[in-house]
Amino acid sequence: MSNILEIKGLHAEVDGTEILKGIDLSIGTGEVHAIMGPNGSGKSTLSYVISGRDGYDITAGSISYQGRDLTELTIEERAAQGIFLGFQYPVELPGVSSTTFLKTAVNAVRRQRGEDELDAVQFMKRLRQHTASLNINDDMLRRGVNVGFSGGEKKRNEILQMALLEPYFAVLDETDSGLDIDALKVVADGVNALRGPTRSMLVITHYQRLLDYIVPDYVHVLAHGRIARSGGKELALELEEKGYGAFVDGAEAA
Amino acid sequence: MSYTADTAEQVSSIAGDKYKYGFVTDIETELAPMGLNEDIIRFISAKKNEPDWLLQWRLRAYARWLTMEEPSWAKVEYPDIDFQDAYYYAAPKSQEDGPKSLDEVDPELLRTYEKLGIPLHEQQMLAGVAVDAVFDSVSVATTFRKELAKAGVIFCPISEAVQSHPELVQKYLGSVVPYSDNFYATLNSAVFTDGSFVYIPKGVRCPMELSTYFRINQANTGQFERTLIIADEGSYVSYLEGCTAPMRDENQLHAAVVELVLLDDAEIKYSTVQNWYPGDADGKGGIYNFVTKRAACRGRDSKVSWTQVETGSAVTWKYPSCILQGDNSVGEFYSVAITNNLQQADTGTKMIHIGKNTSSTIIAKGISAGRSQSTYRGLVRMQPGAKGGRNYTQCDSLLIGDKCGAHTVPYIENRNRTAQIEHEATTAKISEDQLFYCRQRGLSDEEALSMIVNGFCKQVLQELPMEFAVEAQKLVGISLEGSVG
Repeated sequence: MSNILEIKGLHAEVDGTEILKGIDLSIGTGEVHAIMGPNGSGKSTLSYVISGRDGYDITAGSISYQGRDLTELTIEERAAQGIFLGFQYPVELPGVSSTTFLKTAVNAVRRQRGEDELDAVQFMKRLRQHTASLNINDDMLRRGVNVGFSGGEKKRNEILQMALLEPYFAVLDETDSGLDIDALKVVADGVNALRGPTRSMLVITHYQRLLDYIVPDYVHVLAHGRIARSGGKELALELEEKGYGAFVDGAEAA
Repeated sequence: MSYTADTAEQVSSIAGDKYKYGFVTDIETELAPMGLNEDIIRFISAKKNEPDWLLQWRLRAYARWLTMEEPSWAKVEYPDIDFQDAYYYAAPKSQEDGPKSLDEVDPELLRTYEKLGIPLHEQQMLAGVAVDAVFDSVSVATTFRKELAKAGVIFCPISEAVQSHPELVQKYLGSVVPYSDNFYATLNSAVFTDGSFVYIPKGVRCPMELSTYFRINQANTGQFERTLIIADEGSYVSYLEGCTAPMRDENQLHAAVVELVLLDDAEIKYSTVQNWYPGDADGKGGIYNFVTKRAACRGRDSKVSWTQVETGSAVTWKYPSCILQGDNSVGEFYSVAITNNLQQADTGTKMIHIGKNTSSTIIAKGISAGRSQSTYRGLVRMQPGAKGGRNYTQCDSLLIGDKCGAHTVPYIENRNRTAQIEHEATTAKISEDQLFYCRQRGLSDEEALSMIVNGFCKQVLQELPMEFAVEAQKLVGISLEGSVG
């Protein structure tokens, strides 16, 4: 199986402070990897570096995506190439209806890929394929993007976007934060429905709980800007048992 | 849009034919001497073959103007204007003055037209390409005039109305904005050359949206435009002014006056898209837009609604206002003002509640980018007789970048205990988070900005007539180009 994402010796800094200190990570096509780690270990930074956010500067190492140097692409080009970031804190866009936003995004990506834009009817048809299973009602679609959405609604909306944009590589940044168990199940079901042989995922989380629902192929522990340990899904259980302490100390020693 | 495009096409083919047969356009080259004095005003009046009362009115305005000083209370700065260093009467531009073809037109302007999706022929018209022999053609308006005439609606240049309906003009001209009103309105009263006149008879719902756009033969009404709209009892009209495409315009100072008169149960919806040349990125050039617009709701249950999208001009000074005199009359003001680079806008409204149970709504959205300054300035006044008067005001400012400014200056005067006044104001900044979120979903910087700003303006844009609204949305994005990234 070829790797969709290949990160080698990656160092990155924010405002002159080095956050990522040499990350090596290979993700194969169709695989689901989980990254766990304490606060401040660099989990979100990694997601922003992959998506190309301004202010997250790579100082050493490389990221290649589908065999291509990712740093050559702008944020929106990466999106068009199939990189999706599910946000931990999705932002509000007042006055921009969710439907308008989704249609604009889908067509922006299609345009960049050289595909025909969807008209309103075609788009609504696609939208309807996903809204029921994610428990998204018309009222949510009419409202401003994320405006007045509950925590669960925001996360479901993220998964809806992922479903419509059909990425090849999705980073889900703490998709479980702020969700009660019922909401977590809906979101996890949505994510699982999108798993497939051509779609890889990187699931970032604090807690093992999410991984009961989205079962990863591999688990990595991130500490102090490095991957302290990698293993199978059972690694998450070990973490749950022992806590991050052992791994964090290990990373510092390394 | 399509009408204008077709017309321009039709008209340019006629022009071509005429040229083939050796037709030579009779271009008036007459120009009043530079400067402003009584003789110039007499000259203008004589040129227009005006009755004596109008000449006297102009002269009174001029005498008054000489005693007035330019207002300085607005938060705008510009070099002193030398009012003697200008022509106050110029016949239509000759073909030699204009570009011969689009090849000679500023490519920036053409790029904007393209982005707005404006057809080629219309681009030529807007850019002032020499097809203007045609604009004198009566044919442009003929179809519309016929239909309007059937309904009894009068829609013509005000100079024509002075001849054909002097009693209406004399009765209402200056009745809403008196000649002594303010420095620029007074100057306009003295020297206005043309503008629109509309009369909607009793009980008539105007069968189409009236637009200065249709009036392309009057496209060059010049810098002192005067518009008078009278809606008689129980009538309705929607009037569109301006154009989403930037107009080529060499006059730097524009001082227009618009007067609206509403009798019992009448309704006027007045929409403006103003996109004159804002000057370059360093603030060089650009139009000074000093406009006085006012509506008098004289009749009971009358309703006036101003909607404006102001994206152009270097300096804007404009306060479309409502005098709510008739009982139960309603005034509305919906405004989007976008400033970028070094533009300055000081704009807002005045709601003067006089009659009982009058109500007004103000929704003002200011967007500042670059190093621009945008000010909302508004007055809500409840007169002692405004029993049960109500006002709701919402002023929202959006800042893009950290070098621009947004200011809100609301004046509230309440002289009636039973009146209710609400005022809400917010200021927000487009966050990097919002832009990143949109771009992560595939939108470019510009698309993201345009979408966020359009969302911010939605309440106002949805008040525009449908066709206009779609264009205005594109315009919002274009006006802010280069303000991020």
